[in-house]
Amino acid sequence: MAQPSQAAGGLASIPALLHRNATEYGDRPAYREKEFGIWQSWTWKETETEITNLALGLINLGVNEGDFIAIIGRNRPYMYWSMVAAESVGAIPVPLYQDAAAEEMAYVLDHCGARFVIAEDQEQVDKVIEIQDRLHQFEHMIYLDPRGMRKYDHSRLHEFAHVQEQGHAAREEFTPELRRREAKLDYASTCVMLYTSGTTGKPKGVVLSNRNVIESAKNSAEFDHLRGNEEILAYLPMAWVGDFIFSVGQAYWCGFCVNCPESAETLTVDLREIGPTYYFAPPRVFETQLTNVMIRMEDAGKLKKRMFDYFMALAKKVGPSILDGKPVGFGDRFKYWLGNLCVYGPLKNTLGFSRVRVGYTAGEAIGPEIFDFYRSLGINLKQLYGQTEATVFITVQPDGEVRSDTVGVPAPGVELKIDDSGEVFYRSPGVFEEYYKNAESTASTKDAEGWVATGDAGFIETDTGHLRIIDRAKDVGKMADGSLFAPKYVENKLKFYPNILEAVVFGNGRDQCMAFINIDLSAVGNWAERNNIAYTSYQELAGHPKVLETIRDHVEEVNRSVAQDEMLSGCQIHRFLVLHKELDADDGELTRTRKVRRRIIEEKYEDLIDALYGGKDEIYTETEVTYEDGRKGSISATLKLIDAAVVPVATQKVAAE
Amino acid sequence: MSNEEGYVTADGRKIGGTLMEMKNITLRFGGVKAITDISFDIKEGEIRAIIGPNGAGKSSMLNVISGFYVPQEGEVWFKGAKRPPMKPYQVAQQGIARTFQNIALFEGMSVLDNVMTGRLNHMNAGMFQQAIWKGKAEREEVENREVVEKVIDFLEIQSIRKTPVARLPYGLKKRVELARALAAEPMLLLLDEPMAGMNVEEKEDMSRFILDVNDEFGTTIALIEHDMGVVMDLSDRVVVMDYGKKIGDGTPDEVRNNQDVIDAYLGVAHD
Repeated sequence: MAQPSQAAGGLASIPALLHRNATEYGDRPAYREKEFGIWQSWTWKETETEITNLALGLINLGVNEGDFIAIIGRNRPYMYWSMVAAESVGAIPVPLYQDAAAEEMAYVLDHCGARFVIAEDQEQVDKVIEIQDRLHQFEHMIYLDPRGMRKYDHSRLHEFAHVQEQGHAAREEFTPELRRREAKLDYASTCVMLYTSGTTGKPKGVVLSNRNVIESAKNSAEFDHLRGNEEILAYLPMAWVGDFIFSVGQAYWCGFCVNCPESAETLTVDLREIGPTYYFAPPRVFETQLTNVMIRMEDAGKLKKRMFDYFMALAKKVGPSILDGKPVGFGDRFKYWLGNLCVYGPLKNTLGFSRVRVGYTAGEAIGPEIFDFYRSLGINLKQLYGQTEATVFITVQPDGEVRSDTVGVPAPGVELKIDDSGEVFYRSPGVFEEYYKNAESTASTKDAEGWVATGDAGFIETDTGHLRIIDRAKDVGKMADGSLFAPKYVENKLKFYPNILEAVVFGNGRDQCMAFINIDLSAVGNWAERNNIAYTSYQELAGHPKVLETIRDHVEEVNRSVAQDEMLSGCQIHRFLVLHKELDADDGELTRTRKVRRRIIEEKYEDLIDALYGGKDEIYTETEVTYEDGRKGSISATLKLIDAAVVPVATQKVAAE
Repeated sequence: MSNEEGYVTADGRKIGGTLMEMKNITLRFGGVKAITDISFDIKEGEIRAIIGPNGAGKSSMLNVISGFYVPQEGEVWFKGAKRPPMKPYQVAQQGIARTFQNIALFEGMSVLDNVMTGRLNHMNAGMFQQAIWKGKAEREEVENREVVEKVIDFLEIQSIRKTPVARLPYGLKKRVELARALAAEPMLLLLDEPMAGMNVEEKEDMSRFILDVNDEFGTTIALIEHDMGVVMDLSDRVVVMDYGKKIGDGTPDEVRNNQDVIDAYLGVAHD
């Protein structure tokens, strides 16, 4: 797809879009925020005035073109205005995660050399003050909520409202300068800089240009037919690229309204009150909501419970087909309509999803049951696959082609290729400019032709054109017979069972796959209680014959499902064991974000892996554990090693040759 | 207003002249002397603590200030004038609000309605107007709701705005009580053991709120508290009572080193 060097109609920057919206949809709401118990709203016209005053105030404070302005706070209209005002004056906004500790902020603020900081409240101001001695370029801080800061030294501190007032007072003097700076902004100028969360090493500053942001927003808005009357709820961290695209890029491109919740605690109530039409959440949010619904249904009356069960079973059967517009019999349609009246409608209303037209989930794999639950209710939940470096969009699922195991087709304007090792590469108008002050990383991620490595291994399904992500590229290996080994693919399938908390699959370079499994104490414990199975400890429960039997059923089910996959059928699990302790970040077995650290587990439990491959029936083991206070102890157990049935398949060597 | 001069606190706040003065207060219940000849003052803008062991007469003292008890002897001076014996609601109208040791909220009502009751003194539409909710009644409701919402925002209880008080945990109920007292926009705020029964985190929150109230609205605060750490950190001046008598008065440091106070708290051999 050709990349236009200039946008149509001179709309080449976020401030330009702001002025267009203020002229064309001046009276439509642009922002709402619940404050003092009421939804306060600002039209596009008012938004333009607020942002202009702030921009003039920033010039008045001495912001130069090319300066970095860090923005720290939760989703509030004022914070979004700060980002746009920063761009208006030719500076580069850098939103930070507001829950980051002062130490983490110090690195980012120092790395970008921010001269100005716009902070939401005392909490954020205190953090910056704590580290300001180390920040050589830091000069002024603007704060939004004056509470508690009356006694602070105000030589470098400024209140947001005062900055706006001063800017407004000096409008005669600075307006020409502001217009001049705005006129200089084009597709190539920087729109925003976002720091990647940094799972490996220090965070990297991803520089996104206006082209990246506006083209991505435009393409994705067309893809999902987003219009000016959408309502979204802005609640995800402002430092995350997704929020920037949804709440700034797409909002300014389409001219729709961004709603900010009153506080993090009131989110569910605010969600219901707004009833967004376009919604985004990571899988864990959907998961928690589903769990809450299920727990509350357990407490419901008999009649309600039966109604819920009956109609949910029906929804599971026909809901997704109705959503996709596939043919469904009249009888089922009628029953679904009835169900909508009695169950689905009220449930969606409780969840705040009554009006959702397009919903997205991304970030990690979502369990098929969770995904299907929402879709069967008639909520158009889809998956997308993206990265900060791509300005979010790499692949998205088109309406009517939604599945839980793929991440969709390339987004408009995105080209995909898979290299020999299976790693996914993409090229698009959204591809980032560079990592700030890190030419080396830029070069190793983005090649001269603009192809970017995702670090994920995957393949494109030949019949549908959908991309399937298998695993992180560095974890993918080969089995002894040459077939593909992708541990996470199998582990995810296992983890979708509520009984299984964590799974680790081994088999790189071997002829068979083996697995460690952690049971989920709350789910299995609940099951044990209901079935009158007594247990005294995690270890005892994990070793209970009935539990082992259940887990074996799960593993065999997974094997059957894995066997259907041509490329990965070699990854079926031949033998497994249920670990006597939970994998724990304190023991170094998981990262703090609960990701499995494969190498460390492999070393630590070498005896268990050997026993699995050695064909023994049980093994005695002792494991060192670290308590939360740092003391060490050890636990011992005799673990059963269990065989699981596998589905025989012809190996895929032929295809490889 | 009294002409007595104020002072400047250690953290640089300017404290004004005397707001309230207790002169030789004695309170008797039949033959029992709850308070014996106590005098002290509360200055504008300060945080004044009243401490003492159990049964020292602290709550009685607070009830004298709030007008619930009328002392047999002595005078209460408020804003430079001697206060005649008053009903508690008249005291409230003068700008004194309080919280209670054992939470006294309307359990069945929502947080919002409870806090709205703190505005009663600011509403004077008649019953008939209230009933049809037109004109003055509606206008007043809107105005007062605005004040209440600011308090709710200030104390960060937005998420429980519509929750019935009975469903709240103890720590939050205490905060709602503070909200109701604040909604009255008092000059003098009386807090009867605001931290009693709280865990460390709740105590920290409450301390923060007390300091913020004082800082943000300039409200004078008189509080009774058992937790010495809290008292010493929060208050500007402390009155110490024991067996109904005043045994110490001064800054936290002065009081801490006062031998009588140490004896009262640690106990001393009686002859």
